[in-house]
Amino acid sequence: MDNKNTGSKVTKWILVGISFLFVFVMLILPLVTVIMEALRKGWDTYIQAVTDEYTVKALLLTLEATAFAVIFNTIFGLFSAWTITKYRFRGKKILTALIDVPVTVSPIIAGLIFVLTFGRQSFLYPYLQELNINVVFAVPGIILATVFVTFPFISRELIPVLEAQGTDEEEASALMGAGGFKIFTKVTFPHIKWAFLYGIVLCVARAIGEFGAVSVLSGHLRGKTNTLPLHVEILFNEFQYVPAFAVSSILVMLAVAILIIRSIIEYIGKRNNEDVR
Amino acid sequence: MKKAGKRVIPAFGISMGVTLAMVSLIVIIPLASLVIFTSHMSFSEIWETITRERVLASFKVSFITAFIASLINMVMGIILAWVLVRYDFPLKRIIDGLIELPFAMPTAVAGIALTSLTSDKGLVGKFFANFGIKIAYTRIGITVALVFIGIPFVVRAVQPVLEKLDPSYEEASKVMGASGGKIFRSVILPEILPPAITGFGLAFGRCLGEYGSVVFIAGNKPFETEITPLIIMSELQEYDYSSATAIALVMLVTAFLILFIVNLIQARNTRILGR
Amino acid sequence: MKRKIISALLASAVAFTSLLTGCGSGSGTNSESGKVTITNVSYDPTRELYSAYNEIFAKHWKELKGQDVEITQSHGGSGKQALEVANGLEADVVTLALEYDVKAIQNAGLIDEGWVDEFDKDSSPYTSTIVFLVRKGNPKNIHDWDDIVKDGVGVITPNPKTSGGARWNYLASWAYADKKFNGDESQIKDFVKKLYKNVLVLDSGARGATTTFVENGQGDVLLAWENEAYLSIQDNPDEYEIITPSISILAQPSVAVVDSVVDKRGTREVATEYLNYLYSDDAQRLAGKNFYRPSNPDILNEFSDVFDLNVNLVTIDDFGGWDKAQEEHFADGGIFDQIYEK
Repeated sequence: MDNKNTGSKVTKWILVGISFLFVFVMLILPLVTVIMEALRKGWDTYIQAVTDEYTVKALLLTLEATAFAVIFNTIFGLFSAWTITKYRFRGKKILTALIDVPVTVSPIIAGLIFVLTFGRQSFLYPYLQELNINVVFAVPGIILATVFVTFPFISRELIPVLEAQGTDEEEASALMGAGGFKIFTKVTFPHIKWAFLYGIVLCVARAIGEFGAVSVLSGHLRGKTNTLPLHVEILFNEFQYVPAFAVSSILVMLAVAILIIRSIIEYIGKRNNEDVR
Repeated sequence: MKKAGKRVIPAFGISMGVTLAMVSLIVIIPLASLVIFTSHMSFSEIWETITRERVLASFKVSFITAFIASLINMVMGIILAWVLVRYDFPLKRIIDGLIELPFAMPTAVAGIALTSLTSDKGLVGKFFANFGIKIAYTRIGITVALVFIGIPFVVRAVQPVLEKLDPSYEEASKVMGASGGKIFRSVILPEILPPAITGFGLAFGRCLGEYGSVVFIAGNKPFETEITPLIIMSELQEYDYSSATAIALVMLVTAFLILFIVNLIQARNTRILGR
Repeated sequence: MKRKIISALLASAVAFTSLLTGCGSGSGTNSESGKVTITNVSYDPTRELYSAYNEIFAKHWKELKGQDVEITQSHGGSGKQALEVANGLEADVVTLALEYDVKAIQNAGLIDEGWVDEFDKDSSPYTSTIVFLVRKGNPKNIHDWDDIVKDGVGVITPNPKTSGGARWNYLASWAYADKKFNGDESQIKDFVKKLYKNVLVLDSGARGATTTFVENGQGDVLLAWENEAYLSIQDNPDEYEIITPSISILAQPSVAVVDSVVDKRGTREVATEYLNYLYSDDAQRLAGKNFYRPSNPDILNEFSDVFDLNVNLVTIDDFGGWDKAQEEHFADGGIFDQIYEK
């Protein structure tokens, strides 16, 4: 018995050690590099870069696109995960694969696709022009691109959990006469709470950092269609190495803040749960 | 039971309707426009474009590096998810919080940071240079960037399932005298393999298409370290939309097939598990 | 109850979509307060030049017409920017890195033929050239193109297939070899091939190449646009030197009014004056201060202490124009591709 315990302890620390090493080299070092580069020319340069008028406008646009992406994908994630796991129908596998496609499409291609769909080459273009609607190289295009790249995140988190949970509880409540919405809120949702939270965080993180697709669709109009990652690229291309990193550090810190908040919510939530029991 | 319970749960129509509407708007219509655009070309033209030596070489580079990177991510993802769910140790919350960092960091920034770390003047690169290993500007460098990009996928796919997994099974088997390795293989692995494979598929697909971070670390030498998305980019620079979309279509179809296969594997596993 | 919630969800989805399309309208801002807005789509390292220029132009326009003008800037890779304009990005004027990119917009039907002659000097108000950036003290003793094809010299230059600007680098080396071997094509090809054998990293853009050379310390020599080389020196004055080779190429960034956009928005007059004023003495001096060579020879001479004016510069016409150069050298299967074939 004793022997076994020390055995599993050794396994534990080996695994924890590997994890630490991996996280340190792959995540913490790049993070530190960004922050060090950002501060290389001192605080003044940093503050100046971060509070620049165009930086602030870019930040607002990024937040706007992120908010849209989260709302849209939350609705989609809940509906699609529910549909896929709770019913049996033909073509389910194709539908699941289709939902995942946006993650695997190269962001550049994603942008290109939307340019082809709504840009001057498209048959829709004359109609859109008549209505005075600009999709590409305007804010709607940026939002579309952001929604596209984050499309599967929430449903992807929910599906495995719902699948593991099965449909028995829902079927039982349905037989007892509960409606779809009630089943969802009372029976299903408590199971997927944490997965849902993961999904939203993934979605937010990816949305604020999205670069490739947005870059193809934005037109890079300063103060109008520049998101924060694009602003970083432009600064970089203008030989403003340090300010570029300063602005990226905003994104990184934003991300870390969100991730830590999530961690805390989850921690408190789970502890309370156990207390109740 | 399954057959009988086919549509017991209400609201099928509305859920399906909303799902399909949204999938069409975001995925199907745009993809269709890509296909329509490519259909301007004849099949032989497409074939000629995608079998040019340089394009083929780039496919090879992209597929090999993406595959290795996703494999590394699958193993590390399972280990990380396991450690985060099952063990308590200092700084756990912070590590858990950092997992999504690769998503939030703009890919170009990640690429520049990783390159400066792994070039032979950088912190990590200097260390490996002692052993004659070059990281930046080689395929190893590409793989490193792709590992970075793909970290969250497997971890976040496995983690929720592992959390739902009842530890009482393991305790039971432990009481019955099964060794740690055996418990892992026969009790835990079957449960977490399907999500791990999903994560692998997503990471692989994402890695295939990754551009922003890789161009900085790759060196971009034709036939050696030139990735397919870069070729697409250079076709676009030459205003050659047809070639660009043809190559893009190959990447897309591949990605879709991978996802489809992954879903098949997952469905099979689920069935074996008796759900 | 359930119906209500679902219809609420649906309504929000619809609202979302309409918001998505709704907030994109009204980009053709004009008149109202008597203020005019124009968009200048440019390429990467021109931001400082144009943010300074926009100020003096606004003053000039106010004096001329009594009207306020606001200029929205857009910067990115030259080819990508051209592509975006061709795809519907509403630019009143474009100020790009090479004629070929403007031509792509012309081919899309947005710019009328003959734009090259609309402004002086083939519509390039400022020019640049390709120079070498080497490490301080020039440890590899690099003075001309011959020195960088030697064994053991590491060269950094961007990929001419992805970076429009880098096509000038390639053509400059070709021009030198052309003179050296009296036009013997197989020898020229060998020379250029040797040069690209020495290339350690073929970045996708000029800025990436500079980072590779400056921040990551790769290679012995960076082939760069003169203005970009000066920007790198400005950042790290004690670490690098600029070497101007005996023969290089006259890099001519092109400017043009986007006819279909200005006609639609009614901004032709201000857009034309915006580009015209680039040739004024003040604007020319501004270009010089930003390390572009002013196209006005008198003003260029004022900067003779900055630029090496003895370099022998060939032009794109020596290659038979961009269409021919593009076709011969950079198209799929062109000479650049052949260089890398085994």
